[in-house]
Amino acid sequence: MTGVSPKEYMTIAAARLLTNNDVCFVGIGAPSAACNLARLTHAPDITLIYESGTIATRPDRLPLSIGDGELHDTALTTVSVPEMFHYWLQGGRISIGFLGAAQLDRRGNLNTTVIGSYDAPKVRLPGGGGAPEIATQAKQVFIIAEQSKRTFVDKIDFLTSLGQGKPGESRAAYGVHTQGPTKLVTDLAIWEMRDLVGRNVIDPAFEAAHAEFTVMSLHPGVARDDVAASVGWTPQFAPTVVTTPTPSQTEIETLRALHARSASAKKE
Amino acid sequence: MSVALEGFTHLIPFEAGHEIIRQGIRELTLIRMTPDIIYDQLVGVGAAKKLVFSYAGNPGAGLLHRVRDAVENGWPNTLALEEHSHAAMANAYHAGASNMPSATFRGYRGTDLVTVNSNICFVMCPFTNERLACVPSLRPDVTIIHAQRADRAGNVMIDGIVGVQKEAVLAAKTAIVTVEEVVDDLREYSELSSNACVLPNWSIAAVCHVPGGATPSYATGFYPRDNDFYLEWSNISADRDRFTAWIDANVLQTPVAKNTSHLTAGATT
Repeated sequence: MTGVSPKEYMTIAAARLLTNNDVCFVGIGAPSAACNLARLTHAPDITLIYESGTIATRPDRLPLSIGDGELHDTALTTVSVPEMFHYWLQGGRISIGFLGAAQLDRRGNLNTTVIGSYDAPKVRLPGGGGAPEIATQAKQVFIIAEQSKRTFVDKIDFLTSLGQGKPGESRAAYGVHTQGPTKLVTDLAIWEMRDLVGRNVIDPAFEAAHAEFTVMSLHPGVARDDVAASVGWTPQFAPTVVTTPTPSQTEIETLRALHARSASAKKE
Repeated sequence: MSVALEGFTHLIPFEAGHEIIRQGIRELTLIRMTPDIIYDQLVGVGAAKKLVFSYAGNPGAGLLHRVRDAVENGWPNTLALEEHSHAAMANAYHAGASNMPSATFRGYRGTDLVTVNSNICFVMCPFTNERLACVPSLRPDVTIIHAQRADRAGNVMIDGIVGVQKEAVLAAKTAIVTVEEVVDDLREYSELSSNACVLPNWSIAAVCHVPGGATPSYATGFYPRDNDFYLEWSNISADRDRFTAWIDANVLQTPVAKNTSHLTAGATT
């Protein structure tokens, strides 16, 4: 077996965060790969929900779009899009929203709207889709993204989906009482949202005002400088930074087989 | 005139969109939660002056280059944007179908979208004092959807990922449905459950028999999504000349399919 790539580390580390009991609202792309890897390995009964209305879906290959037929064909049930947002998301029945982003900041605020100014954008991105409400209504949010200074910026150009808000703010000030982004998994590291003294969001004493993503674990072979060189701010590290456990053979083989099935399906 | 061609990846009414291009209709306000390739084409030929949307992308393939060119460079014309979230648009269609002036929901908290869209407001719940988002209901002049089948009376059945199509039809002043097949009577159709998504003929102005009308998207039970074309569209649409040549060859110079026919349903508005 060839060496594990940084992106494979990212997907496998993200998959490991999910449990059999989770009800996961899945974004397309990297989140979808991680969620389905979890389902195909240690969390066979995880409930995966896509915003097209498919509930408890078990795709054999990764969908190209959020509404592929494969998602419907393997779902327990398919509901309308209004029902999805009314009952299942706003109704508070989603334990984890799993999102990616074109831009994010250290407080887990996400931009999928524009690069540059809104009225004269350098790049017009697709927009928020389901994310603004997933970010506030899922019990917690996991973010998955490959680190680069283009994506991990000091200040995002547009706040599409709320993390901890601007420095000094809190989610509560916006009337949002869900946990928000708790974990960030990248191709280099696993980060967690921590306040200035290292408390996480479920600690009753958590102080949101200056909380930010903090590096908890580095993937094997990754140095602190590698992390610092690929984000647009000075990253915080936990007092004890551990090494991400090496993926098992089963995880690697399952992920590669999933990607192989997906690639061959695209060519059909 | 405002037009919604709805479809959530599945059952996107491509052929109807191509007919809009062939007829040279302009100045449209296009409404859709997930504008993808067909709206990229409509924007690229200059049919639209405004886009009301919540996610404008080519799912799995990237950005919509024609929409980008209109927004970033004003080509072929400027395009006004009214940008929402999915939850807001789903609520707004639901409100429209319910004959309500607006939709109230728990949304838009902490997002900059409220600063760029004056149609996003907040109201106070009179019972709990909770601050809730409020958006105007969507009432398209015309909604067009594609469905698997209709019967001779014009009743329509949608199967699979039903998206927001039922709400979009019932919110519209006039609704048109293109279908894969026409059966004698939906009541006799063996796969029809009493809970199936059915739009009665008196809620629709016209049904058109357009087999393959959702290609390159898909129709559950009929044909799969042409993922290769979605990926290829990124290349076609990236260049103005290549796009224009594609539209010319594949839309303008392509006559309406011979097996397309028109079936008048119950409701005329």
